[in-house]
Amino acid sequence: MDREKVIEVKNLVKKFGSFTANDNLTFDVYKGEIFGFLGANGAGKTTAMKILCGLSKPSSGDIRIVGYDVYHETERIKNSIGYMSQKFSLYDDLTVWENFRFFGGIYGLSRKEIESQTQLLLNRLGIWSYKDRIISSIPLGWKQKLAFSVAIMHRPAIVFLDEPTGGVDPVTRRQFWDLIYQAASEGYTVFVTTHYMDEAEYCDRVSIMVDGRIRALDTPENLKSTFDCQDMQDVFIKLAREAKYQ
Amino acid sequence: MIKISNVSKTYPGGVRALNNISLQIEDAELYGCIGPDGAGKSTLFRMIVSLLIPDAGTIEVNGLDIVSNYKQIRSKVGYMPGRFSLYPDLSVKENINFFASIFNTTFEKNYHIIKDIYDQLSPFSDRPAGKLSGGMKQKLALCCALIHNPEVLILDEPTTGVDAVSRIEFWQILAGLKASGMTIVVSTPYMDEATLCDRVSLIQGGEILTSGTPVQITEAFPAALFSVRTRHSMYSLVEVLRQMPEISSAFLFGQAIHVVSKDMTLTSEMLQAMLNQSQYEEIGVSKITPTIEDCFMYLTDQTNISHG
Repeated sequence: MDREKVIEVKNLVKKFGSFTANDNLTFDVYKGEIFGFLGANGAGKTTAMKILCGLSKPSSGDIRIVGYDVYHETERIKNSIGYMSQKFSLYDDLTVWENFRFFGGIYGLSRKEIESQTQLLLNRLGIWSYKDRIISSIPLGWKQKLAFSVAIMHRPAIVFLDEPTGGVDPVTRRQFWDLIYQAASEGYTVFVTTHYMDEAEYCDRVSIMVDGRIRALDTPENLKSTFDCQDMQDVFIKLAREAKYQ
Repeated sequence: MIKISNVSKTYPGGVRALNNISLQIEDAELYGCIGPDGAGKSTLFRMIVSLLIPDAGTIEVNGLDIVSNYKQIRSKVGYMPGRFSLYPDLSVKENINFFASIFNTTFEKNYHIIKDIYDQLSPFSDRPAGKLSGGMKQKLALCCALIHNPEVLILDEPTTGVDAVSRIEFWQILAGLKASGMTIVVSTPYMDEATLCDRVSLIQGGEILTSGTPVQITEAFPAALFSVRTRHSMYSLVEVLRQMPEISSAFLFGQAIHVVSKDMTLTSEMLQAMLNQSQYEEIGVSKITPTIEDCFMYLTDQTNISHG
């Protein structure tokens, strides 16, 4: 396949003392793909995500993010990615517009770019009229949609979403996935973690980490037939259990 | 028994967390409060454990009023807050000893209550609590909430952020505690966990949408529900379905689309025929029993409409 690779991971190893958190991970993520990064608690997802975002250095391995090397080019990596998590998204005591201006400024956008991107993204959500509202007065579901918009306002090649729909109501959770689909169709690459297994079905490809290794990586369709399961919940439980009780 | 009568709470700044909530939880019942973040679940739980006073209404826990009898209530209630609230620099064992000593008991005296859970933690008994994995932290927090042998256990989102396998294990632990006669109230944003409770309340925006056994709630679903599958783009098919005048809503549910009719007369054959006229091929339609998530979405949708 000639598809453009935006994440290239070869033999990634990360050790903390004698503990191996990431044990020889190898995978690629393609441009415009929605890549689901699943694993049990403690499987090593967060460790790997930090390395991919340029926040932590691997013990060994060859890892490139949009072509940049994770050992020496972390600042370029940080400019090329967006990140959002449930735990950290927006500043509660700033308004919607102030949050966009703040994050746009951090990413080095000009005043003009910040204005046009904010207008574009808020209009897309249909909430331009909310631009002067304080974030703390906005319901969680909307906050998460805004946080996603802020994460892509500098047009990063990849957006990392760490449990973006945790605790969100079921309708908003689905609206959030509408945003993910829309972004992917515009060429953004989406790298997402979730504990909702129905959401794993919406990914183009899914990897499942078990005890620091990638135990399976394929389309949801192929994973279900490989492991002879009805749905992704069954696939996940089968693989995660297998590890715990070995 | 926990008796919650007409309870309301508004926080300074005007956020109304709870609006006239009433419900009754029986002894030895496993009761679920199901709803997203911001529904008011934590506010309700903090009141039940006497950490917060309602603006209006009353709450009784095993006959004790949460305002006038708060001291007695605290020894009878075990509480696991939503945020990890143990001492990260104390070891597993030290944390449990600390909570035991607060309640004038000891680890050894009440070991039998936490034995099954603690056995999974014992390899890490000397590890600082802050260095445990998410699943282990949650088990330790449960041990600390149980060590004084409470009559009532209040668990605020114990499975949030926890993987699917650990979630199953946690619910097995709760089933064991319930069998011992403990009254357990648990909140969760995961709709699928409702079926593991004896009874549940679905909560959104500080109000109870409905309460009952999971079966009562799903049986009360007032419309016909269909599962629609296609090998082609599910996303565009959702849009097609939403345009149909007979359909009130269509949402993705994993690998299928759940479609709610506007009235009960729609059959799967009719829906199949309507879809066959569209450009989509290989569409499978079947009538299905709603899940709690379908019910929650239906009820919140109705709420939105009635609120204009």
